Amino acid sequence: MAEERPKYLIKAGKRLDGRKPGDARPMKIETGVIENAEGSAMVEFGKTKVVAAVYGPRDIHPKHMMRSNRTLVRARYDMLPFSVEDRKRPGPGRREREISKVLSETLNTAVFVEKFPRTAIDVFISVIQADASTRVAGLNAASVAMADAGLPMRDLVVSTSFGKIHDEKGKGHMVVDVFKPEDNWGMADIAYAKLPNLDKYVLLQMDGNVTKDEFFKGLEMADKSLDDIYKAQVAALKKKYMEGSK
Amino acid sequence: MIGDLTKKNIIDSVKTGVRIDGRKIDEFRPIKIETGVVTKAEGSAMVELGKSKVIVGIKMGIGEPFSDRPDQGVLMTNAELTAMSANEFEPGPPSPDAIELARVIDRAIRESKVIDLEKLCVKKGEQVWMIFVDIYTINADGNIFDAGVLGAFAALATAKIPVLKDGVVDREAAAKKSLPLDGKVVSTTFAKLGDKIVVDPIRKEELSMEARLTIGVKDGNIVSLQKGGEGGFNKKELEEMFERSLKHSKALLKTLG
Amino acid sequence: MTELAGNRSLVTPGEILSKGMESLPGFGTFRDGDFIRASFLGLSDIKGRLVNVIPLSGKYIPKKDDPIIGIVKDVRFSNWEIEINSPYTAVMMISEASNGYIDTNREPLSKYFDVGDTVLCKIKNVEENMNIHVTVRAPGMRKLNDGKVIEVKSSKIPRIIGKSASMVKMIKEYTGSNVFVGQNGRVWVSGGNEALAIKVIKTIEQQAHTSGLTDKIKTILEAEGDGRRKTEISD
Repeated sequence: MAEERPKYLIKAGKRLDGRKPGDARPMKIETGVIENAEGSAMVEFGKTKVVAAVYGPRDIHPKHMMRSNRTLVRARYDMLPFSVEDRKRPGPGRREREISKVLSETLNTAVFVEKFPRTAIDVFISVIQADASTRVAGLNAASVAMADAGLPMRDLVVSTSFGKIHDEKGKGHMVVDVFKPEDNWGMADIAYAKLPNLDKYVLLQMDGNVTKDEFFKGLEMADKSLDDIYKAQVAALKKKYMEGSK
Repeated sequence: MIGDLTKKNIIDSVKTGVRIDGRKIDEFRPIKIETGVVTKAEGSAMVELGKSKVIVGIKMGIGEPFSDRPDQGVLMTNAELTAMSANEFEPGPPSPDAIELARVIDRAIRESKVIDLEKLCVKKGEQVWMIFVDIYTINADGNIFDAGVLGAFAALATAKIPVLKDGVVDREAAAKKSLPLDGKVVSTTFAKLGDKIVVDPIRKEELSMEARLTIGVKDGNIVSLQKGGEGGFNKKELEEMFERSLKHSKALLKTLG
Repeated sequence: MTELAGNRSLVTPGEILSKGMESLPGFGTFRDGDFIRASFLGLSDIKGRLVNVIPLSGKYIPKKDDPIIGIVKDVRFSNWEIEINSPYTAVMMISEASNGYIDTNREPLSKYFDVGDTVLCKIKNVEENMNIHVTVRAPGMRKLNDGKVIEVKSSKIPRIIGKSASMVKMIKEYTGSNVFVGQNGRVWVSGGNEALAIKVIKTIEQQAHTSGLTDKIKTILEAEGDGRRKTEISD
């Protein structure tokens, strides 16, 4: 059912869920949630909940995708039917396929792909519950799952979203980690990812309308949030091996 | 891949009465059920059966009834053996195994009549509730059948029907009404290994079994059956499994609370 | 993000291990300008100028001369395809299957090794494009007809073997079992107290990253075994 566009998404510096512009939602990262996989992770950004599993390097099918000098990291992003308000038909549509493609390219930038010629590394990302920013939550889960799988990587991949939302006067404000109402009714949203140590942007998608200054203001705020995400990824990975070592 | 030596080990160990994972012939793995794991869904459950893990979500919407059942709600069951949950599963449209799984779970729910579909009619011949049960494996280590039935029922039992406003679903309004349920249903799956029959097989046992039987039970009655695998059972074995399934169903019902 | 990780510390990919050009990037690391960074989730291991990272997980990658346990996947015209719990399957040529001469006109290859057979073998050669060749023409290598094969994470294999094979030797002595540790994450246990041997191997896998492991395992073996004996079984 079509809701009406809210009069404002931010008022007196407070967003609809009470967050300040630079605040991310509460975040949770956990590794080793899927026993059969080489590596796995679950990530929660507020109500957005995703799980990622890594299989490989392994035989590549179909064979024509095989590359004699490298492995292919293949991300498959999927939204479970019950993750959204109205049931989504099972299986990937055009949206999922496009997201899978850009996420695959993003993840390939982090992996030393030449180490495993003629193979595939399959990364499955399932959205269990969607409250916007699912692809960036998925990338964070995939990054942790890939490190957990013991893959050779030049860096982790950290990812978040930022957006532009209107106040009661219709003026735009840049905010970090957009959630559903901001995604639906905001003036712009940007999904991006970074190799934090190598300081490289490896995913960038936007729709909406922003000025150059607004973009870089938003990016600066979001980059601060990435520091926290990076720390949480590292902590989740280390936790698995710290436990029981006493 | 498991070799013939491991298959032989699995069958040999069943002969001694202790399975490769240390269980007895007639012992289920530990069961953990958590409901309400997806708050966006009308109902949901995460089930752990040993190392097997499935998530089930219920979505409801308004649709047209089938012409031969104009006054009944519609139940749709879908299951996927996700590529995420085991090395051997491939991405893509549901495999025959996944379709069988969905249909076996559907049969247990439908034939047990635990959902009173007549009460889900909004306007005869025009509008009825559609109930979508989606079952996804997170980690597959055998016997997804019983885990799926447990999850489907637990999710249905905790589901809330959305509010209808002028014939349209209003997801903003707080849903309070539960589904019209009558009793509970569970299933028990057996695998034949050598000349012994084990309950609740793990994946390695499934890969070594001759035949499989899933028995759906409600109130001490059998409501659905599905034999799988390339071998068969004799009458005595069927009797034995029926008997054992009735005993197990009591314990399984307890896990549903 | 410019702090240096110390020696024997848990590191994640991208973490800086050393600064300046006097250090050398070893296994599990890479040079990024002035820095040496980790390329694995693992333990940093600094030996003089050489900086390494020992991975804590990951699939088995075949190396020449590794003893492994394979499963026959296919019998082909003049060779066998062997599944070796790795990203790559291996090939065993006829000439590597027996010390004697195999006449394919007289008997089918499946008489020697059939689909589903479990084989102790050795990596003979790893070609640049990761074509892997295995052989049973080495001491102790053969088809297995008894015992049990268990799977463990291949990154834990060094702990199961122990320093100079001390761990596996101890397991053999206390259980009386014959134990063959395949580098590819498969361990064969046969005879003696198989159940105890499997139990301690699983324990080592689960606690591979902890310290004092040898003592812990010794305690279990002493409590649950029937004492230590000298073993005649060689590796």
